[in-house]
Amino acid sequence: MALRGKGLIGRKLGMSQVFVEDRVVPVTVLEVGPCKVLGVRTPEKDGYSAIQLGFGSVKAKVRDKEDKSKYKVILKPAIIREFRFEGAEKFEKGSVVDLSLLEGIKFVDVTGYSKGRGFQGTMKRWGFSGAPDSHGQSVFHRRPGSIGQHTFPAKVWKGKKMAGRMGNERVTVQNLEVVSIDKENNIMLVKGAVPGYKGAFVFVREAVKKSALV
Amino acid sequence: MSNKVVSYIKEKFYGDKNYPDFRAGDVIRVHQRIKEEGQDKERIQVFEGIVIAIRGEGPSKTFTVRKVSYGVGVEKIFPYYSPTIAKIELVRRFKVRRAKLYYLREKVGKDAKLKELRLEKVDNGK
Repeated sequence: MALRGKGLIGRKLGMSQVFVEDRVVPVTVLEVGPCKVLGVRTPEKDGYSAIQLGFGSVKAKVRDKEDKSKYKVILKPAIIREFRFEGAEKFEKGSVVDLSLLEGIKFVDVTGYSKGRGFQGTMKRWGFSGAPDSHGQSVFHRRPGSIGQHTFPAKVWKGKKMAGRMGNERVTVQNLEVVSIDKENNIMLVKGAVPGYKGAFVFVREAVKKSALV
Repeated sequence: MSNKVVSYIKEKFYGDKNYPDFRAGDVIRVHQRIKEEGQDKERIQVFEGIVIAIRGEGPSKTFTVRKVSYGVGVEKIFPYYSPTIAKIELVRRFKVRRAKLYYLREKVGKDAKLKELRLEKVDNGK
């Protein structure tokens, strides 16, 4: 599925702080683009307009076309995503887009994958209260308690909040203020935190809800 | 914080500071630009006191200056790279044997404060 809105693929580099008008602003440093346009979706052909972007590069082995017994190492984009927005069909396949695409935009939405937290209990994962530490309690302090009712419904409802894998899910943070854009180094500073670990891929898009232009 | 981020931020957002090389135990004069509310005017406020701590590295580095004003201890924590700091002057240097001088908070009057009043050779920073 295409991501909605004009945007680019990037990588989270880490957090820092910067002075803006004599005040400290917490910022996330993102490396954004350049992204290669790998494909263009047009209303005539696909029913919507979008650009398919590739970011980063990884080595991959492909079978050599001339000599089928051999493999050849090529570089391919580390990540590919579609960005769906109006006017996307005007982009050319094979061209490269960089941060100038987001220039002049004041607020962005950043999508990424949150840090994986592994298998966690209900207290951490869902904020359950757990049981008292004292008053006769034993070995029940962090348990979820009852998970169902009685003869009716005689089952546990689907979607019941239980222990399990936490994190590593897609998270979007909306309306992050753009602090600075550095086209030369492909670096962008955004106010506040962004999901994921350092080095994680992020998708930076024009904010949907906040007027994005200066 | 990765070094790449630190060096990038440092280069782009924090210029070289022309401060004298001060450390804990130094009496310094911090000239800070203050903007009054509702007014466009800026004025310089001077805060003189003893540096009791320098903490952090890179963009988040701060230092704490303590003085006793009308019998009340006052401490101000300045971000090292704050753009509001116009100038820092080194006034005196005391001999101290630790990096954090929090123990001064408990000592009142000349009782303890004077203990370290041993001037070293004057260092003309700046």
